[in-house]
Amino acid sequence: MDFGFTTAAYVVAAVLFILSLGGLSGQESAKRAVWYGIVGMALAVFATLIGPGSGLWILSVILIAGGGILGYMVATKVQMTEMPQLVAAMHSLVGLAAVFVGYNAHFEVSRVLGMDPATHDTLRGFAAVVAHKAPVEINILRVELFLGVFIGAVTFTGSVIAYGKLAGKVTSAATKLPGGHILNAAAAGLSVLCLVWYFNTGGFLPLFLMTIFSLFIGYHLIMGIGGADMPVVVSMLNSYSGWAAAAIGFSLGNDLLIVVGALVGSSGAILSYIMCKAMNRSFVSVILGGFGGTSGPAMEVEGEQVAIDVDGVASALEEADSVIIVPGYGMAVAQAQQNVAELTRKLRGQGKEVRFAIHPVAGRLPGHMNVLLAEAKVPYDIVLEMDEINEDFPDTDVVIVIGSNDIVNPAAQDDPNSPIAGMPVLEVWKAKQVFVSKRGQGTGYSGIENPLFYKDNTRMYYGDAKDSIGALLNKLG
Amino acid sequence: MKIGTPKEVLEGENRVAMTPDSARQLQKLGHECMIETGAGVKAGFADALYEEAGVTVVPSADALWTGADIIAKVRIPTDAELDRLTPEKTLITFFNPGGNAEGLEKAKEKGATVIAMEMVPRISRAQKMDALSSMANIAGYRAVIEAGNNFGRFFTGQVTAAGKVPPAKVLVVGAGVAGLAAIGTSTSLGAITYAFDVRPEVAEQVESMGAEFVYLDFEEAQQDGAATGGYASVSSPEFREAQLKKFRELAPEMDIVITTALIPNREAPKLWLEDMIKAMKPGSVIVDLAAEKGGNAEGTVMDQKVVTDNGVTIIGYTDFPSRMATQSSTLYATNIRHMMTDLTPEKDGVVNHNMEDDVIRGATVTHKGEITWPPPPPKVAAIAAQKPKEKAKELTVEEKRAAEVAAFKKQTRNQVTLLAVGGALLLGVGLVAPASFMQHFIVFVLSVFVGFQVIWNVSHSLHTPLMAVTNAISSIIILGALMQIGSGSFLVILLAALSVFMAGINIFGGFLVTRRMLAMFQKS
Repeated sequence: MDFGFTTAAYVVAAVLFILSLGGLSGQESAKRAVWYGIVGMALAVFATLIGPGSGLWILSVILIAGGGILGYMVATKVQMTEMPQLVAAMHSLVGLAAVFVGYNAHFEVSRVLGMDPATHDTLRGFAAVVAHKAPVEINILRVELFLGVFIGAVTFTGSVIAYGKLAGKVTSAATKLPGGHILNAAAAGLSVLCLVWYFNTGGFLPLFLMTIFSLFIGYHLIMGIGGADMPVVVSMLNSYSGWAAAAIGFSLGNDLLIVVGALVGSSGAILSYIMCKAMNRSFVSVILGGFGGTSGPAMEVEGEQVAIDVDGVASALEEADSVIIVPGYGMAVAQAQQNVAELTRKLRGQGKEVRFAIHPVAGRLPGHMNVLLAEAKVPYDIVLEMDEINEDFPDTDVVIVIGSNDIVNPAAQDDPNSPIAGMPVLEVWKAKQVFVSKRGQGTGYSGIENPLFYKDNTRMYYGDAKDSIGALLNKLG
Repeated sequence: MKIGTPKEVLEGENRVAMTPDSARQLQKLGHECMIETGAGVKAGFADALYEEAGVTVVPSADALWTGADIIAKVRIPTDAELDRLTPEKTLITFFNPGGNAEGLEKAKEKGATVIAMEMVPRISRAQKMDALSSMANIAGYRAVIEAGNNFGRFFTGQVTAAGKVPPAKVLVVGAGVAGLAAIGTSTSLGAITYAFDVRPEVAEQVESMGAEFVYLDFEEAQQDGAATGGYASVSSPEFREAQLKKFRELAPEMDIVITTALIPNREAPKLWLEDMIKAMKPGSVIVDLAAEKGGNAEGTVMDQKVVTDNGVTIIGYTDFPSRMATQSSTLYATNIRHMMTDLTPEKDGVVNHNMEDDVIRGATVTHKGEITWPPPPPKVAAIAAQKPKEKAKELTVEEKRAAEVAAFKKQTRNQVTLLAVGGALLLGVGLVAPASFMQHFIVFVLSVFVGFQVIWNVSHSLHTPLMAVTNAISSIIILGALMQIGSGSFLVILLAALSVFMAGINIFGGFLVTRRMLAMFQKS
């Protein structure tokens, strides 16, 4: 097939990808949007397979099929609560693939340059493309593939660590090696030196050294970010994987790679930005790890947490007319979404108004709670965003907070010294009564004391969220 | 003091302002009671019953008006009655001071004190003497009964061996005291009852009575009834249009319409128009409780029952309380008795006309040769004012425009700056980079731009699916690997193959997971 067909297919694929991302603006159109993405991807792969510069396509198809089966198995088995880990893990694959592709490009460039120009015509595939390049272009190509490898490597280790943190296999606390950001800066500086070295010599060693450095940066950067910031991290890594693909696209001269890489990169960046805005945090301070510095000691919290048993919660719910449920990561961890949904159905069946308030950063992924609630078949039109529902809390009889902490922390508004000061929060404490379903008295993921738990209208309903809500269901029966 | 009640002179008025029971209570306050002979007969109270209660029965109106110091009656006094007043006398009655300037003038000339029962302010303390409410309550009840009397079907739906009977549908317009009473009666008879009122705050009361409140699709600062002492006031033309539109919608379904919409000191608003009456089914009944003020329905004839061409009965009676004279006399007499209790605080038979008292001051329309109507507003607000809803300060049109212009300018400035910087950077790159690179670079920049534009619109709840999709799409890196797999050494093939494999996992995994997630989103 000639080159024109491939280009045409690429254009169609690019349009399909854009539609796919744009279609996610609504629940209904999103279902269509995924098909756009699938068709776009199929078209892109097909066009590349039959296009110029490819070979061994039987092997390619077998490998894609093999990977596909594996991917299918993982995707159908995974629990919805494990979605964040899965996404992070898959990012790492993209990162690693980008590193490999970058290396390949390097090998090909070296091989072609080492050959007799007279034999260039016999080359096939990517090598042939390289062979036609001018020296300046070769230099630019080196920079591009160097960048691709760098970003890919950072994405790889970063995603692995993010996966570990989300899956609970690595401590979720922000930990740094002694030296902190200086180490990162040093590694980045050394990478730049490697770039200069590589630019001049084209040797493998600088590329390899840089890979080591960037792997370290990815590891150390994400280790330094607390678990609570993981939603931002995941979307940021998503963005990185896109940029890596774009950089590789440059070095391979493949426009579709560039287009899609740039799409993914910019969309991930915007998503991170939206999340940061929701937390009232600067993007930089999240990426560089940990919370911004606070200027003084946090306010002392006075009073005590008053516990309540299942009967108390049940009777309050029986009397309530309007109920708002505020789910958090605790609900995801305890897999309580089915019970919560059942509770919702029951209360709605009794004619009560039940709604969900979702904070933009609830959970470990952007939109995490929405997905879980959707899985449990909670209708999405009673699931509201913070801005839509925050004004309704004063008119609400009962608020049930299930495993969320920072997003309902009044200190964000009251205490200028609080690490989360200024972060928009759900104003649950304005409701007539608040029940907090929580495992114990601990401070939770971010380690910040929550004055909500000590308020007069707050009652603590201790226990695993799934069991607690289940017990509640029996009482309401 | 001697309290006397004459026979009502108005034709067809059956009520009486004093009952044997109320007379007993009045005597406990230290007063003497007298009544014109036959005054209570139509209300079911014979002279003998009064005598038994210790009331002096006098043979004529003359004797009563001269003998009594305080005269309590029901209807607005006639000229002849007012002529009988003297400076020492107090008259307690319905007086309609707003529409009875002549009567006021005459009472002033006579120097008598007149207490108008309809002027009792609507404060909690005065409820026991609020004769308007007690009469309206009866009117509301009677309106439903009267409607039922003229309506050929059951109120309640029944399924019987002889066939199925649909329930009657009743619309009550105006949910004041009479309206609420009508709602209560109608629902307890088993009809499906709807109610409408211009004051949205009564929706709760309506629903508490078991009727369904008819809401309008109308966005306006709805009037706050508290500002007008709990009464309705005139609504805007737009509101009226919305209201009529709703009524037009309802008219064909309704079997019985009871209109009670009154605005103090005004003609009753016309709410049930010709076309709505035409739209109603034959046999339907309209009871117009506002008939005395001209009626809410077009075609209402005061004090009469008319049947339209399409068989709709319109009842315009104004004497519903009088039709239940025993009940209404009992309640009215009790209202009068409570008024007297307030007028004789010491219970020693001496009237202390305290013009400082909100209730007495409000109800008194002439006193010591002066007209004291209209009264100053009561010191106690009738109804707690509704808390004004917290609202951002309304910007004037100019301010809004100015803010918009400023925001627009700022946005323009930002965009221009960004474009300038971006353009300069592009040019800078273009100066040094070779053309082949620039081709790709342009594509890159445009794609970034498209990505930015597209993602802003993504719904919040779809962020996770978005991430999964972008993740799946980012495995486009497979293209790179596919391009390399066919060329070069074993190492290259190995690495490329690995990349293809990993990207393959990602493509399938990513899209599948996204589909799984999206399939779960559903509307209730």
